[in-house]
Amino acid sequence: MSDVSQPAAHPPVTDWVNDFDHTDPQWTEDPFPIWDELRAASPVVHTDRFLGCYMPTTYDAVREIANDSEHFSSRRIIVRDVRPEISRNAAPPITSDPPVHKPAKQLLLPPFTPDAMKKLEPRMRAICNELIDGFIADGRVDAAARYSKYIPVQAIAHMLGIPESDSDLFINWIHMILELGIKDENMLLQAVHEMSAYFSAHIEERKKKPTDDLISYLMNARDKEGQPLEDSHVLGSLRLLLIAGIDTTWSAIGSSLWHLARTPADRERLIAEPDLIPTAVEELLRAYSPVTMAREVVGETTISGCPVKPGNMVLLSFPAANRDPKMFPDADKVVIDRRENRHAAFGLGIHRCIGSNLARMEMQVALEEWLKRIPDFRLDPAGTVTWSQGTVRGPRQLPFLLEKAM
Amino acid sequence: MTERLRVRVDPDKCQGHARCKALAPELFELDEYGNAHEAGDGMVPPGLEDKARLAKSNCPEIAIDVIEE
Repeated sequence: MSDVSQPAAHPPVTDWVNDFDHTDPQWTEDPFPIWDELRAASPVVHTDRFLGCYMPTTYDAVREIANDSEHFSSRRIIVRDVRPEISRNAAPPITSDPPVHKPAKQLLLPPFTPDAMKKLEPRMRAICNELIDGFIADGRVDAAARYSKYIPVQAIAHMLGIPESDSDLFINWIHMILELGIKDENMLLQAVHEMSAYFSAHIEERKKKPTDDLISYLMNARDKEGQPLEDSHVLGSLRLLLIAGIDTTWSAIGSSLWHLARTPADRERLIAEPDLIPTAVEELLRAYSPVTMAREVVGETTISGCPVKPGNMVLLSFPAANRDPKMFPDADKVVIDRRENRHAAFGLGIHRCIGSNLARMEMQVALEEWLKRIPDFRLDPAGTVTWSQGTVRGPRQLPFLLEKAM
Repeated sequence: MTERLRVRVDPDKCQGHARCKALAPELFELDEYGNAHEAGDGMVPPGLEDKARLAKSNCPEIAIDVIEE
């Protein structure tokens, strides 16, 4: 989809510590050695790019920022070349600060508890197997484009009660918002506008004919005073669920399969010991955490002894925190039976990912169903693996050769 | 000497990651929002000491205490 528009070019990075750029092709391809270099330099580094931006490089610095909503606001949550106007109900609660954050979040938590996810699991297993049926006979597949991408998009469409057949529409909007929108404000605004119009039409339909899905759930929700939510709040939360529900888990499943394609010993162990899959999923989440959030500095303070100034953004890299060797022994290795794993892949503090239970269930089911039917697979040497840019990291092309598939 | 352990969740720190419930379902319960609290009085039955420690060492918010009584 990179032909939708050509984002503005950034000069290549020559000094990572003082001039980092998370959209640089070198970072997109392999960020891990870059994070090590930044971490060795300082717990918090700064770049003048993106109108001024900090990045905490250690687990402790990330935790400090995530737990400090007084100095770090969530009103802007993506580091971009431009700072679009702040909209009050952009995507609550992820874009909300205290005190309005808590009630907005509590509204959305009950449909995403582990028990609620258990009920979704049979549908997820069916989706995974339908997808596998579509390519298994070919002996080769782009696992990102034909498997990992469609699992979360169909899950969230199912929960929202919108057609799973609109998946490609949603995927395109998210690409425009989270990747192209970093450097192209018009792209961002166009996607947000189209998404809002799409959901408004569904809201109108449900006014005539209520349904049993998350759209109706939000329309029927009441605040503490017994009042319905403002329309802009309902729309904002629907945008959040769609945006957050898709390429995050797409990326996590894709990175996991990428690891298993390159690591036959881990693959064989998970096939022999399927009970280890939930533990392995946690380690794959740690090692290949897809999501980097952002905050805006709104008050002068220090983080791990480093002063930070208002007006700058913060690239809140949970993935870099999860590679901090002070927190995780052998942080650069994937240890699929790692027992102590206090990873921050779903964030820390009040903005913990609402969908973490959904994402975990999807990852477990996606790996279990894949390994049952395709126990042996490897990267296709004739193909190229490509990675997404910016807010969410994961493989976008994942060419595999499938052996002994059933 | 018999070791007696009690688990405790700090409700102000818990953000509902639900790792404790996944790792030690006998020792923790979740409320309607998915936030955790200890099951019953939090006393760890014999044989579940390892699970109690595992839950503690996997809580991303460091919200779990394992207290020796």
